[in-house]
Amino acid sequence: MDLNYGSEMEGFRDEVKAFIQGNWPLSGEEADLPMDKQAATFRERAIAHGYLYRNIPQRYGGSEQEPDVLKAQIIREEFGRKWAPQEARGIGTMMLVPTLLERGEEWQKDKFVRPTITGEVAWCQGYSEPGSGSDLASLKTRGELQGDEWVINGQKIWTSGAHLADYMFCLVRTEPDASKHAGISYLLIDMKQPGIEVRPLRMMTGSADFNEVFLDDARTPADWIVGKRGEGWLVSRTTLKHERNSIGAAQQTRAGLKGLVDLAKKSEVAGRPALEDSAIRQRLAEIEGYVKAHQYSGYRQLTKDAKGEEAGLIAMMMKLFSTEIGHKSSALSLDLLGEEGLLSAGNAELGVQAKDSQGWIARYMYTLGIAVAGGTANIQRNVIGERGLGLPRDAAANRSSSK
Amino acid sequence: MNFDLTDEQLMLQDTVGQAMLNECPVTHLRTIFDGDSGHDGALWKTLSGLGVVGLAVPEEYGGAGLEILDLAVTAETLGYHAAPGPFLGHALAALAIAEGGSPEQKEKWLPGLASGDRIGTVALAEPGGHWQPDQWQLPTGDTLTGKKEFVPFGEIADLIVVGATGGQLAVVEKDAPGISLALVDGADLTRRFQEVTFASTPCEWLDQGAPAERVRDVGRVLLAADAFGGSQRLLEMCVEYAKTREQFGVTIGHFQALKHQLASMALDVEPNRGLYWFAAYAQDHARDEAERIAAIARAHIADRFMQVARDAVEAHGGIGFTWECDVQIWFKRAMFDRAFMGTPAEDRERSLQLAGL
Repeated sequence: MDLNYGSEMEGFRDEVKAFIQGNWPLSGEEADLPMDKQAATFRERAIAHGYLYRNIPQRYGGSEQEPDVLKAQIIREEFGRKWAPQEARGIGTMMLVPTLLERGEEWQKDKFVRPTITGEVAWCQGYSEPGSGSDLASLKTRGELQGDEWVINGQKIWTSGAHLADYMFCLVRTEPDASKHAGISYLLIDMKQPGIEVRPLRMMTGSADFNEVFLDDARTPADWIVGKRGEGWLVSRTTLKHERNSIGAAQQTRAGLKGLVDLAKKSEVAGRPALEDSAIRQRLAEIEGYVKAHQYSGYRQLTKDAKGEEAGLIAMMMKLFSTEIGHKSSALSLDLLGEEGLLSAGNAELGVQAKDSQGWIARYMYTLGIAVAGGTANIQRNVIGERGLGLPRDAAANRSSSK
Repeated sequence: MNFDLTDEQLMLQDTVGQAMLNECPVTHLRTIFDGDSGHDGALWKTLSGLGVVGLAVPEEYGGAGLEILDLAVTAETLGYHAAPGPFLGHALAALAIAEGGSPEQKEKWLPGLASGDRIGTVALAEPGGHWQPDQWQLPTGDTLTGKKEFVPFGEIADLIVVGATGGQLAVVEKDAPGISLALVDGADLTRRFQEVTFASTPCEWLDQGAPAERVRDVGRVLLAADAFGGSQRLLEMCVEYAKTREQFGVTIGHFQALKHQLASMALDVEPNRGLYWFAAYAQDHARDEAERIAAIARAHIADRFMQVARDAVEAHGGIGFTWECDVQIWFKRAMFDRAFMGTPAEDRERSLQLAGL
């Protein structure tokens, strides 16, 4: 066991530091550019130095570096320390681009990868449907090939950012006679067309970041399909051996704990500073136990990733573990807010640190969104139980039925 | 960055695990558990032969000269097998002498402890739940007079490292005059206690460095490691049971309610592996964090172990509540890991104070 990165990696860290020192924040006239232009300018330089989009070939706008999880981690650490812009975290960059790189046609990569990672075009993900949540493969949205176009009819739901997106990557049933999983194709669809209507869904926080998307004879060219007909399920499960950010979530729970400590410093319980209250102190310290366990589990994963080994059970648990820590932290934050726990979430944006009481209320609610999004906590428990512990699969989850 | 065990550490765990399987399978463990002393001389001899009992004793005194992490991974394996016997107190006594003894004292005691020919233990607690060095009130002087509680295997120990006022540590030999022992009716029958009373008992002081703090922190780490190993074992027992026990015509692991309970138990176990590793690693390589992370790890993992043990009884149904079911052995092991050396609540309070809160 050695928690040092080693002299070669520390040398690399020095290079990264020097780069940031010389390039961020921007100076001179560039410092007057709007913030998104500043970020784009900086990213371009970081890509030229091989620091961002390391797993994306240069011809598509990436920096095409040898995979190295330690270097990737050092870059994230040093960029994070100076609040320098990192890779755009949109769903297009995170989900579509790796999928295209692995399974897409050459022209698809040429057309979509570069504008996606620069943020010129935005994507949304058309997976869930009103009747198909955890049982996603039962989805019913239909695509029919008419001439050289797919004609698509159906409805998608929980579509984050659909109101801002240029395109949607979408799972559509194109082979109605095939079995459940084999009947699905992965289509790319232009959102700016008459056959698509986006209706905002108001969340419990009051804001509306996700939507319903109605597809009524929506159209997309025949070759805007990734993989072959009927391979959509497989394509959607594509995971690239890229530099997985295995300790990012743990860094967030740490930041969350720090925010909680700061909140406790400002709060009162029964007329006394909250930090003098032994019950509050115990709960804070107990949460830190979970946060530390999360942190060192992230280190374990990082080490496994660096060696190219599977992390096993712990990798399956990280999402549920974050969720559980979120529940505990949220409960304590509400107690610390006292009577301000009566307030609404206002228009507070979700951030790592809540700025005010209403920001904390928003966090209190958003931690539940995280518990549900991308596979509910109960689905995670199924995965841990079945794949992790080897318990028998649920009889109800008949995976060959097409109904 | 390599946050993983070395091949040597994995081999150490494997060797100790094999020895436990051969010499102390559960059937044998149960006879020790139900027996008079909670100690198995033959098992101790085997562990001694493997070098396990002198793992962290410097090589010049006959030990293996390894680090606290090596000691901790061993404690994990022993916890997994609920190894009966004096490993914990012995390791801490040897550590106290190695850290705080003069060259003559080390020469006198360490070789016997390293070889396992002599057994050591520690007398830390005083009445009122006073486990911490700064709480000890046993008067210092040429002899010891007073009472220490919850001394593990006080009866079979050849020497006892005793905490006294100001965090001082003294060594008392078994046959010294004025020692009286009284058995404590402890829950964990794999690790028995005596209450030890001294009356003008001759002793020698360990006056180098600050061994009491080191004993406290390493003790917490070893409890955390033991708790991790024990909780892992309980999880496996429950999974095994869920795959074999049938009700309503299927194995009960088919039922989502139980599957989810086992998944939640796994979540109380697996993430703690890295936590105890780092707590152990810090004892040698991050000394400024050592006390705090040891307190956090012990409080957290011992509490999780206790919860897993309660869940394990539930997951086994009626049989889980019987003496016959092995779950109770680890359940009581969890009670020990949770309360020995002070409560998780005290550890947590201390962790906040150390963070300046």
